[in-house]
Amino acid sequence: METWLLEFPQMSQDALRAIKRGIDKGYLSFSRTYGADIEAVFEPVLYFLVWFEKLLLNAPWWLIILVIVGITWFAARRWTLVLGVAAALLLIGYFGMWENTMRTMAMILVCTLLAILIGIPIGILMSRSDRTQSTVLPVLDVMQTMPSFVYLIPVVMLLGIGKVPGLLAVVIYAIPPVIRLTNLGIRLVDREVLEAGDAFGTSKWQKLYDIQIPLAMPTIMAGINQTIMMALAMVVIASMIGVKGLGQPVLQAVTNQYFALGLFNGLAVVALAIIFDRVTQSWGHRMQTYRQGMGDE
Amino acid sequence: MSDTTISVRNLYKVFGDDPANAMKLVRDGVSKGELLERTGHVIGLSDINMQIERRQIQVVMGLSGSGKSTLIRHLNRLIDPTEGEIEIDGQDIMAYGEKDLLKFRRHNISMVFQRFALFPHRTVLENIGFGLGTQQRPKDEIKNRALRWIDRVGLSGYEDYFPSQLSGGMQQRVGLARALATDAEILLMDEAFSALDPLIRAEMQTILLDLQEELHKTIVFITHDLDEALHIGDRIAILRDGEIIQDDDPQNIIMKPADDYVADFMKDINRSRVVRARSIMTKLRGTETGPKINAAMILEDVAQVMGKTPNKASIVVNKQGDPVGRLTIAGVIKGMARPDSTGTRIT
Ligand SMILES: Nc1ncnc2c1ncn2[C@@H]1O[C@H](COP(=O)(O)OP(=O)(O)O)[C@@H](O)[C@H]1O
Ligand SMILES: [Mg+2]
Repeated sequence: METWLLEFPQMSQDALRAIKRGIDKGYLSFSRTYGADIEAVFEPVLYFLVWFEKLLLNAPWWLIILVIVGITWFAARRWTLVLGVAAALLLIGYFGMWENTMRTMAMILVCTLLAILIGIPIGILMSRSDRTQSTVLPVLDVMQTMPSFVYLIPVVMLLGIGKVPGLLAVVIYAIPPVIRLTNLGIRLVDREVLEAGDAFGTSKWQKLYDIQIPLAMPTIMAGINQTIMMALAMVVIASMIGVKGLGQPVLQAVTNQYFALGLFNGLAVVALAIIFDRVTQSWGHRMQTYRQGMGDE
Repeated sequence: MSDTTISVRNLYKVFGDDPANAMKLVRDGVSKGELLERTGHVIGLSDINMQIERRQIQVVMGLSGSGKSTLIRHLNRLIDPTEGEIEIDGQDIMAYGEKDLLKFRRHNISMVFQRFALFPHRTVLENIGFGLGTQQRPKDEIKNRALRWIDRVGLSGYEDYFPSQLSGGMQQRVGLARALATDAEILLMDEAFSALDPLIRAEMQTILLDLQEELHKTIVFITHDLDEALHIGDRIAILRDGEIIQDDDPQNIIMKPADDYVADFMKDINRSRVVRARSIMTKLRGTETGPKINAAMILEDVAQVMGKTPNKASIVVNKQGDPVGRLTIAGVIKGMARPDSTGTRIT
């Protein structure tokens, strides 16, 4: 029998090596040329992240808990949730994970903010043209199925190790849901309501601000919620490229087989996830009370 | 006082990928069905000509799919024609650019929708103030004027409710107030009351007529319901497959339907309640005397009056009280019967 029937007809090792080397070299020279510029672009973000992290670390713990509890109450108006959040934060502090939690929280919030600032405009653009949608959607599909570790490599090559590459990896990994659901939410707005807007002479911008975005908001909130969850997952992984926070002890625990350390920090991540999830979800829910005919409260 | 506000001339609308080409066939007289079969294009409107008078209620009536919504949406250019002219207050609205069009929609024309199309995330007050918002008026003024309209449509106390918390009838009051609040002279109503229960619908008709008594808007009112058309319309246009079959005074539509299609519409109406004395009166005969009857009186009321007197005929008088014709019992009975010259079917 022919050999190519028995064994997969691979390209030669040399050729494969040459291709990989070519790509690596090309990217390396790209990052040598532009790395500094790209880092400069992220300078303000880094500055903000550092400032915010310091703020969280330096503020008294009880003040932070009060603020978070206040936000929870504002967003959800549910006592059970408020009490749960307070208890979770107190436990985290009692088990000595306060500082790392604050670092992770700062990172998540800044990453989410960035993802929203970039993602919502992209989602809006997608909703306005079928062409844009059909080009962006496959890209998002690839981004969401690519194993998260793969993002770390080009980012590290480009920017080295530290906060900014971590931030970039997290934002890239976490941005798809917010884009997707902004697009979807706007496309789902009732056509008759839009027609009414037209009939009263709303301009494109008025329609976007007064009708489309408010009506898409619950869907956009669901996207933001998913983005936060993904950012949280990625922050742990990004500890591999020097992002400080709850991820680092977990990484340490894996390499040294410290089960308890891994478990505690893992649970802290879970607690953060639940807090973010419940707060954003109840807020999103409360935003659409008008749909259920229940009034404002 | 005849004074045209809206003038539509030779208006065509063809739906499809290449309407310009399909138009050639339409102009050659290809029918709706044939055009669809040959080119996949749908004729929405075909050679529409209409003159709508200021301060009148022009009804457009037709079965579902006859092109009513398409026609009314041309008047504020939610739909652009394939061919034809639309003039409003002497202005060619097809010549409007983006800015003019927005201005026109904000100030001159407003609309009420069949399924209300209220803004679900806004309160009643905010919905009614919406048009004033697009006119960029100061907040105080918007609020005050919206409150006034809420009161006018009988929704005081519901200012802070959301549309989903209101019944259909109340929602359409909001829709009506929202449209009236902009002070536009022209009001488009696309089957505005069709989604409502009969009782609520009658109530809304009364509200509309009461408001019209005082506001004197130019109203284009679409319906598929003849009773509604006759109750509300100063003039009725009947649409079939995108063409106007008859555009006439309501009494003429009842008494002289243009064809079987129109006559078919009439067959179920209670004629004693819609036919008026002036439509069936005959010439005066010299110096006859008898009970006086208003020319605008419906036959039911005429029968009531005549049943109480021994006179053979009654005298029809106009608004000023001058005699203009006579009416006999036999004439009244004949007026209540379906005219047998046109399309009468015993069903
Ligand atoms: N956007 C469109 N594309 C294709 N056909 C349409 C479109 N809008 C309306 N039509 C067709 O035009 C005709 C008139 O529709 P419409 O004006 O909605 O009727 P009505 O309001 O009297 O029920 C129908 O045959 C309908 O299918
Ligand atoms: Mg319709």
